[in-house]
Amino acid sequence: MDRLTALEITTRILAQFTPVWIGLFVILLVSWALRRKLGLYGKLFGSAIGVSGLILVLFWILTAIFADSIATMDPLTQISGMKNKKPGWPVSGMEGQWYLLGGDNLARDVFSRMVKGSQIVLAIAPAATIFAFMVGITLGLPAGYFGGKFDTLLSFLANLVLAFPVILLFFLLVTPEIRETGVPLVMSGVLFLFPIIFFIMLFYSRFKEQPTKLFITLAVTLVLGGWAYSGLAFNKDPFGVFYMDPNLLNIFVSVVFVNSPTVFRIVRGLTIDIKTRDYVAAAQTRGETPWYIMLWEVLPNARGPLIVDFCLRIGYTTILLGTLGFFGLGVTPESPDWGMTINEGRKLLAVYPHPALPPTIALMTLVLGLNLLADGLREESLRD
Amino acid sequence: MGSFLLRRSGVMLLTALCLTFIVFFLTNLEPNLEKLTKSEGNMRMSDAQVQSWLEKNGYRQSLIKRYGEWLGVAPGWTRTDEDGKTTGRCIKRGVDPENPPKYCGMLQGNWGFSLVFKENIKGIIAEKLALTGKLMLCVLLVMVPAALIIGVVAGMREGTKTDRSLSAFSILTTSTPEYVSGVIFIIVFASKFGGLRWFKGTAATAMDNITFENFTLPVITLALYGVGYIARMTRASMAEVMTEQYIRTARLKGLSFSGVVLKHALRNALIAPFTVIMLQIPWLLTGVVIVETLFNYKGFGWTLVAAVGNNDIELLLACSVVAVFVVLITQLISDIGYAFLNPRIRVS
Repeated sequence: MDRLTALEITTRILAQFTPVWIGLFVILLVSWALRRKLGLYGKLFGSAIGVSGLILVLFWILTAIFADSIATMDPLTQISGMKNKKPGWPVSGMEGQWYLLGGDNLARDVFSRMVKGSQIVLAIAPAATIFAFMVGITLGLPAGYFGGKFDTLLSFLANLVLAFPVILLFFLLVTPEIRETGVPLVMSGVLFLFPIIFFIMLFYSRFKEQPTKLFITLAVTLVLGGWAYSGLAFNKDPFGVFYMDPNLLNIFVSVVFVNSPTVFRIVRGLTIDIKTRDYVAAAQTRGETPWYIMLWEVLPNARGPLIVDFCLRIGYTTILLGTLGFFGLGVTPESPDWGMTINEGRKLLAVYPHPALPPTIALMTLVLGLNLLADGLREESLRD
Repeated sequence: MGSFLLRRSGVMLLTALCLTFIVFFLTNLEPNLEKLTKSEGNMRMSDAQVQSWLEKNGYRQSLIKRYGEWLGVAPGWTRTDEDGKTTGRCIKRGVDPENPPKYCGMLQGNWGFSLVFKENIKGIIAEKLALTGKLMLCVLLVMVPAALIIGVVAGMREGTKTDRSLSAFSILTTSTPEYVSGVIFIIVFASKFGGLRWFKGTAATAMDNITFENFTLPVITLALYGVGYIARMTRASMAEVMTEQYIRTARLKGLSFSGVVLKHALRNALIAPFTVIMLQIPWLLTGVVIVETLFNYKGFGWTLVAAVGNNDIELLLACSVVAVFVVLITQLISDIGYAFLNPRIRVS
């Protein structure tokens, strides 16, 4: 078999992405048709920047979902004779199979690794961001609302973490040695409690007067939360559904830890601003509890800036994960996550540039999409 | 202003103490100490031997005491073994064992000895900081003017085509971390794949002799990520100033557009970016580590990676102290500078 030409490579890659194109087309068509009923998301279709961001983000989400059918090869299999082969090289011993973007230093398919890598990034980055938001919101709301000593202490702690050079914190926190000491376990034990506290307070403040609803929501929160908590933080899930690899847990916790102080500061600032509004005064006069006001009056009104920051922060977390991978602190040594692949590829950059290029472009387009989306959302939410 | 400065410096000192303590705690975790013992002694030490080595070398005191010793506020440990030989933290070669200095920590200028480089840490840090200083200087010289020009030009006529394309460029650069742009630049400008080969893909030679050829790529890579962020802040600030009443007054007075921008708008629009630029310097630190690793430029960031990789506890501690102080001092300068530049705060 002959090597594919550049044109053939492009057509084949585009064809591999068929499920993504169909999905993208359907989602965009439906959203466009319903754009007047979809609130902020629908308004996004008014700005070119927002739409291009949305397309890029959707592209990678769909790629992660359909990764198994898009990838042409197994991302971990090494095929002899394919080491550092150029893009479009036919796989030896397999009729009708090509390494579309070439082979890497360990003779694995670069294209499939890039596609599979999207799953890892899109699983960790949004999840870590959500946890960081839970921590930041649960602490930022009372700090901004009550002020006083509590606020001073928390702000000092937040500034402490923020004054830490991020890279240094990662070098200290993400090491094999630290796992033996149990520091990540303690951190996860504390950080993973916040989502449960958040939901308990959310339902308690709302349904305090309605015992049935209160009982149901709290029971669901405690059972589901406690189940996930036991599995994720301590790996003691009796059913084995929730599980996190110790190394992954270490990375996850560190990323949440680095991100939450910034979220805390944003939420605190927004709360201080919003608590002077009339509707908060009205709620106070009605005799609502502070937690009801914080979670059901202040938080919904702070959603605009928070959604924008959420998008930006997923992008930033993606960059952070890439940085970790770049220094060889990635999820697992073999995993196709983008940062790790870039790190492996950079060593032979001058001779074989093709293994490093696809993951860099993938990472860049994903982050670019998120940033454009955030920009579009900001523009549209400021408009009214 | 005086009390503000005093309070700010007090908080800064407290922060520095907390941060160095955290770093001290994290670098002196049990597994790290065991690794250190084995690399100092020999790899096949038994657990009991490891423990006795740690005991002998003062690692078994309480963490607070050891932190105090390392900082130089607690007297260094001394110990006399059975043969009557005195050892201690402050007793090094060339020091009279009968009469050692009482304190020997960071504050006394005793930064320790690097295991990787086999040199005094103070010398290493000074040398590496000088190298990184050169890099940072070039980066700031490229980044700040570029970012300000982009931001001002985009912000002075909001919503125009120029504004949109410059904003898109800013978003693109903030989405491109150093390890992505660095790799792309090397491929395009320094490998046979890109075919251009204008620059060198390594900056190893730049340590002795900086040339346009070997220093451009690291500087551009590092500057690019920050440009977008500063430019966006400048643009926002500029766009806000351009809607102010006094700009309209100046315009109605008959001043030309460029006159208004240069004389009235710029001075007010540049207050916010100043803070952002100062706060960007700690952010550059992560970039410095990445770029120095990628381009093999053996400066401060490269040293940090080497210290981590080789479990060189004292060097890592020294690097961390420097990094933490760089961050805190830039924060202080940005606070003071902001208060100084902004007449509303300065007067009150």
